[in-house]
Order: sequence, then C-alpha cells, then structure tokens
Amino acid sequence: MELWYKICHILPTEMLQWDFMCNALLAVLLMAPLFGLASTMVVTGRMSFFSDALGHSAFTGIAIGCICGIGNPTWVAVLFAVAFALLFSYVRSRSHQTADTLIGVFSSTAVALGIFIATLGGGSFTKYNRYLIGDILSVTPTEIGSLALVLLAVLVFWVFFSNRLTLSAVHPALASSRGFSPNVSQTLFTTAIAVIVTLAISWVGLLILNSLLVLPAAAARNVAKNLRQYHGFSVLFALISGIAGLVISYYLGTSAGAAISLVLAGIFVISFCLRKVRC
Amino acid sequence: MNMMTHGGSCGHSCCLRMQNLSVKIGNDVIVEDVNLHVHCGEMVALIGPNGAGKSTLVKAILGQLPYEGVISFSVPGQRNRKLKIGYVPQSPAFDAGDCVSVADLFACCMSKRPAFLGHTKAMREKITMCLERVRSEGLIDKRIGTLSGGELQRVLLALALEPLPNLLILDEPLSGVDVEGMETLMEMLDEIRQTYDLSILMITHDFTMLSRYADQVLLLDGRPVCQGTPFEVLNSEAFRRVFHRKGGSL
Repeated sequence: MELWYKICHILPTEMLQWDFMCNALLAVLLMAPLFGLASTMVVTGRMSFFSDALGHSAFTGIAIGCICGIGNPTWVAVLFAVAFALLFSYVRSRSHQTADTLIGVFSSTAVALGIFIATLGGGSFTKYNRYLIGDILSVTPTEIGSLALVLLAVLVFWVFFSNRLTLSAVHPALASSRGFSPNVSQTLFTTAIAVIVTLAISWVGLLILNSLLVLPAAAARNVAKNLRQYHGFSVLFALISGIAGLVISYYLGTSAGAAISLVLAGIFVISFCLRKVRC
Repeated sequence: MNMMTHGGSCGHSCCLRMQNLSVKIGNDVIVEDVNLHVHCGEMVALIGPNGAGKSTLVKAILGQLPYEGVISFSVPGQRNRKLKIGYVPQSPAFDAGDCVSVADLFACCMSKRPAFLGHTKAMREKITMCLERVRSEGLIDKRIGTLSGGELQRVLLALALEPLPNLLILDEPLSGVDVEGMETLMEMLDEIRQTYDLSILMITHDFTMLSRYADQVLLLDGRPVCQGTPFEVLNSEAFRRVFHRKGGSL
C-alpha cells in the first residue's frame, strides 16, 4: 500500500493527496474488472433481477450479523447470500414457476426478514443507512486485499468456466448435448456473484449496486460484435465510470456509488445512440 | 396398418439398433416398444404428432434419459470403436442482442481457451474448415442472433460434424427454415451422408422432403404405429389416422 500511496502522491492532483482517496481509487480499479466481467454473464444469462435479489439478501445477512453482535458483519452476509443463491437455484430447478416470480418471492422475503431483524425490539434502522447508500471512501487496505483476492478468484473461474457458462446461457440444449452440465458452473457463478455483491454493498450501496452489475454489459451489448469486444467494452466502461464517478463525487461532494452509476447510465445512452446494425 | 417390426438381426450393417425400447418420465410412459435399426449410410426420418415421444426417444439414444430395453451402437468393420454421434438440437432463435459470433460459438464448444480472449489463428482456420463443410464460411464473424433459420441450422450442423460422427441426429432441422432453405439443407445433408459415409436420424414435421431423401420412416405416436419406406408410411392408414388426413401421398 505504501508504494501505491507514493505513486498517488506523485500524481499532480489534489484529490490523490489524501490516503482515503488513494484507497478508494485502488478499490475502484479492482472493482471495475470484477463488475465488468460479472456483468457480461449477468446480462447474457438474464440474471439482472437475480443479482438485485442477492443484494437484498446480503442486507439481511448484515442485519443478522449486527444483531448477533459480530463486529464485521460482511462475512455473515457473504454466507447468507451464498446460502440464498444456492437455495434459489435449488428451488428454481424443482419448481414450475418462472424465474422472475421466484426472484420476487425470494427478494421480498429477504428484505422483509432484514427489516424485521434490524428493527427487532424497537431497534433503529439508521445505522443500516450506510448499506443502502454505500461509501467507497471508507474502504480499508484490508478490504482492498479481500477485493484483490476475489478478483483473482473470479479471473481464474472465468478462464475455466466462461465458455460453458456462455454456451449454457445462449443455447442450453446445445450445451448439454456437448456434455456441459450447467449445474456446477452455474452454482459457482451464482456463488461468485453473491460474494461480489456482498463485499461491495458497504462501498457502493444496496440501492445502486445492481446498476454496476447490469449497465457495463448492457452498454457493451450496444456496440460489441463478439465475446472479446463484449468483455473488453464492459470492463472498459466499468473502469471509465469508476474513475470518473470518483472524481465527480470528490469535487461535488456526492455519493461515489451514485456518481459511478450515473456515468455508466451516460455511457449506456451514448452507446445506444452509437449502435448501428452490427454484422 | 403397415407395421414392420425390426427386432433381431436384419442382415444389414447397422449403426444403431433399438430393441423393445421404452422411456418413462416419472410414472408416465412417454414412448414404448420401439424396435428400429438404422443402417449404415441410411437416412431415417422420425415423424409423429406433438407429444408423440420423438425428442424423448432421441434423448434416450443420446444417453440423456434412462430407458428400458436395448440400444446398441456399432461402427462397421471396427468392432471396438465407440460410435460417435453428432447432434443438432432443436433450436429456438438466438437472442438478437447476444454478442456471440459464430466463431465464438464454435470456440465455446471446441476449445478450452476462453473465447472472450479471442481466437488463435489455428482455431480460426479449424472453424473455417468446419463451416466450409456446410458452405457457410462467410458466416464466421456474424453474430448468432442475426442468422436466418437456414443459416443457423447450417452452423449447428457444422458444429455437429466436428469431430466427424458416424451417426448424425437432427431434431427438427427444418423448423423455422423457408422453403428454399429447406431444399438447400436437405441436399446438403444428402451430400454429407454420401461424402462422409454417415447415417442420419432426423425428427421432422415436414413430409414433403421424405420421399426424395429418406430411406426409412418411423411414425411414432407414443409407440411405433408405422414403419417402412416413405411411400409405405405416407400412404398408410395409420398415417392418415394420426394426422387426420384424408389420404393420398404427400
């Protein structure tokens, strides 16, 4: 981290003279590829609402962690979100209900449970506000380490499983005829999304977290012609919006998560206008 | 009823044999008592109304569903070689927004290298070679969501032909394909069958092509109700009854 601080301090910007801003920038640089990659599969696999529901379940996990008196409730939330994701996958594979109905059932139950636990015994909801809005400026070097490890794990997962995940998403019958069982890769992917969402919830905030998991790939789909461009644009858009959003939030004093989401929305609008009939 | 059962030895070189085959899902018998020999180099059409058990039978052959009875495969002249099956699944149109090119689709199926990193020169050459088999090399960089019904079937056919199979199974390859495309696809299948000496088992709802291309037709309606040459089946009482037709060959 010392080396990173030195590099930041050399740069001729007022913003990077503060260590917390250097932390935030490094966190954004790690989060961008993470969200950019995950976003491609969330959008291709039509899981936008599922990732939103996972955010809600993470909030419930945090409420459970807090009520149990655990100092850092993030890891309780990770466990809860993973359990939520696996339970959802199990019910979905054994139910005739459509995915969006089941997501509605799980999501609303998770939120209700979270609020119920958070307000149990007349407790105040105020201390949970930071999980709704998020504050990336509060990220610590230890958390950045966790983020780097998760990024590494997701990269390794992507190298080994992205082909079969893509095939299962675009043509499930073809995937199973080639011997790709969607169960293992799909379970690992939903677990990865659960971990990413939960780790990021205190920095980005529950209310806007899902925009980072949908907008980069949604914008990339407007301009990409193949998988390489799709992934490339998605990560690039996440990076540009992360850095731009951080700068905007510093100079205007706004929430960084909201600024990042708005820049992404702007990129989506531009890519939508630039879209042409692709070959 | 013209019912030609095909159980034991038939004196031909057989690629696929089914004897007393039944498939159940839960307590429901989906298809039963199927006896069929697919001879080497033969094109066999599987026809029947919706829910007749055609796709279920194919899934049993592919090993995707448990079954009762016997399914045996053999490669003529190579006793210990395992039969290679190429499968073209029934295909709904792809999402027009998906950023997956034809080359990406091939790479996802054939390569361990992640397709999102792009394709090596060797992989691209291999994909081109596969597409040349179905005269579709020009489609390599097209996004799969923009392919027409006929183009999509040719691409899926090219995928099923790599590695070259002994038996090619197609699930409704003509659905969503226009008349001209059907003609092209059937001619191509016939040519592929002769060039690569492979057998073809095809589920179809289109009977206009059967007389010209199929050697054998099996009419299913939960169980085989008629089996024989296209002429025999299409002119049978069973065919008229199953499809509520008033008679005459198609």
